[in-house]
Amino acid sequence: MATEPTTTPQTLTSELALQMYEQMRRIRSFEERVNDLYRSAKMPGLAHLYIGEEAVAVGVCSALHRDDYITSTHRGHGHCLAKGASIERMFCELLGKEAGYCHGKGGSMHIADHEHGNLGANAIVGGSTGIATGAAFSAKSRRTGQVAVCFFGEGALGQGVLYEVMNMASLWQLPVIYVCEQNFYNEYTHYSETTAGEVAARPAAFGIPEEEVDGQDVRAVFDAACRAVERARSGGGPAFLTCATYRFHGHHVGDIDRGYYRSKDEEEQWRRRDPVEILAAWLVDRGIADRSKLERVDENLAAEIAAAADAALEAPYPDPREVNEHVYA
Amino acid sequence: MAELTLVEAINDAFHTELGRDESVLVMGEDVGRAGGVFRATAGLRDKFGADRCVDTPLAEAGILGAAVGLCMAGWRPVCEMQYDAFSYPCLDQLITHVGRYRWRTRGGMGFPLVVRMPYGGGVRAPELHDDSPEAYYAHTPGVKVAIPSTPADAKGLLAAAIRDPDPVIVLEPKLHYRTMRGEVPAGEHVVPLGEARLAREGDDATIVAYGSMVPVAERAAEALEGEASIEVLDIRTLKPLDEGALLASAGKTGRVVIVQEAPRTAGYGAELAAILAEKAMLDLRAPVIRVTGYDVPYPYWQIEDAYMPSVERVVAAVRKTLEF
Ligand SMILES: Cc1ncc(C[n+]2csc(CCOP(=O)(O)OP(=O)(O)O)c2C)c(N)n1
Repeated sequence: MATEPTTTPQTLTSELALQMYEQMRRIRSFEERVNDLYRSAKMPGLAHLYIGEEAVAVGVCSALHRDDYITSTHRGHGHCLAKGASIERMFCELLGKEAGYCHGKGGSMHIADHEHGNLGANAIVGGSTGIATGAAFSAKSRRTGQVAVCFFGEGALGQGVLYEVMNMASLWQLPVIYVCEQNFYNEYTHYSETTAGEVAARPAAFGIPEEEVDGQDVRAVFDAACRAVERARSGGGPAFLTCATYRFHGHHVGDIDRGYYRSKDEEEQWRRRDPVEILAAWLVDRGIADRSKLERVDENLAAEIAAAADAALEAPYPDPREVNEHVYA
Repeated sequence: MAELTLVEAINDAFHTELGRDESVLVMGEDVGRAGGVFRATAGLRDKFGADRCVDTPLAEAGILGAAVGLCMAGWRPVCEMQYDAFSYPCLDQLITHVGRYRWRTRGGMGFPLVVRMPYGGGVRAPELHDDSPEAYYAHTPGVKVAIPSTPADAKGLLAAAIRDPDPVIVLEPKLHYRTMRGEVPAGEHVVPLGEARLAREGDDATIVAYGSMVPVAERAAEALEGEASIEVLDIRTLKPLDEGALLASAGKTGRVVIVQEAPRTAGYGAELAAILAEKAMLDLRAPVIRVTGYDVPYPYWQIEDAYMPSVERVVAAVRKTLEF
């Protein structure tokens, strides 16, 4: 089961660190299977893999309550799983099956899981920034104590709507945390060719506290997220986290030949900073787990993923009559 | 003549037009180094430089907004939207500036810009990668709209759009980007805006279509061979519309079926039907029928076939007009 803390943990216990390991591993294995399914033509559409960036989603979501909100992106599998989504229903959605989160109508880029506070992945870059801000407005006005986390890639820094809502969030001191997943590429273009000035200067212009975090280190992400969440929950207003990370795979599953926009050498260097491996080494080093214990976690997950994928492959498609339904209340 | 795919024909048009006119420039996300997500702009940056094939930030509203200023300074910008639904942030700029300025300045300021994008479904893509947004554009005063259905027209209409003194939206059927090949004239090739193409001649009924629905209309006509003689009119330019060609075909056959992939209500097909009602009443021998998508967001791949106008639905509609 996914981690579902009921209060915001301020310190990283051994138990929580192990849960984070499992959760990152779950995302990794889930996506490896997704990659296989796409490449063997069992899954049409588009899939943007989160592999390499797992520490961001898991570090942030581990600092959240079940009823806190998140909004996600086109690269959303990691956020969904980290916020508690079921792998079987995720597979079903990706395969377009009736039992999926959107009854197979949303697919990889539009998974919404209201039960866990996930207001939705979003195919429009920057498209969910308003949504997260509105959800935070509600939390403040109803005094629910919830916070909203808005995940986006640095590509979204190009979209005007982000600045419109950051202004609102600061003006009204809303409990929203903007999490910029800085993986250095907007599709096939390096962010330095699309982004002027310092990323940090942007939230600073609105008086939003910004923190830069090593996005490959889940413990660092978690600490920074706890600080931001705690402040937001206690009325201190919005925050902005920039998490430096890297997508190990292509922009989408079909992006195989990447030499023209990023070097093998650079990819190699980042792969040496694998977030799952970094946490594993720390767990071992601290004596929280040994390698064989971690391997058992991996094996259990492999079985869990295989069973869920098989069940999803067998599951029925929605009735074509679905096309005309649910457009209006 | 060379045999090219539809997207190669677009690329060919770019090479020709950028070579012909130094004021033409291309801008968009990943259009430069990557050559565009569908490779429509491949090779342009190498040949014409990064100032004429500009990689922009991920900012559709900004791209079109900047294009407006470029026009005022004498350029002919061609903006690429990566997919149909990503053009919505730029709609604002189009509606609030592009469509109004010329009129307001009594022709003092012109906007020879082009916004082009892959549109439509059938490629098993997820939601927001399959829309047919032509009605939004056609409804905007001051804006022209063209939709090619063949490689030759993809080249010729894009060239015409680039040369046109007014803003033109070009929607390109992504379904046929690589699956359709055809003869494309080499060098300069212009298909004038506002001229329909008679894709097939017939006497008993007319199917009116554009873009990716033209091949569907042609297959429906083939399916009806032996039963009825069907004309297929590819209108190519939605605005300005070749009303003469529409009325001539309706006058000849007396029966019209309109096919449109977009949702039904207030779609472009409704405009065509209204024109027929106003101007061809006495020629018509049966009510005009529309075959369209439904009033729903474009559905996910496994049910998209239930959404898309099919050959069967078009054939059934034609039969209905024949039996009226
Ligand atoms: C409004 C909009 N324009 C263009 C696209 C096409 N697109 C999809 S992902 C992407 C790049 C996103 O880069 P970033 O936000 O950094 O996220 P990453 O893919 O690196 O995770 C683009 C241009 C889109 N989805 N939405």
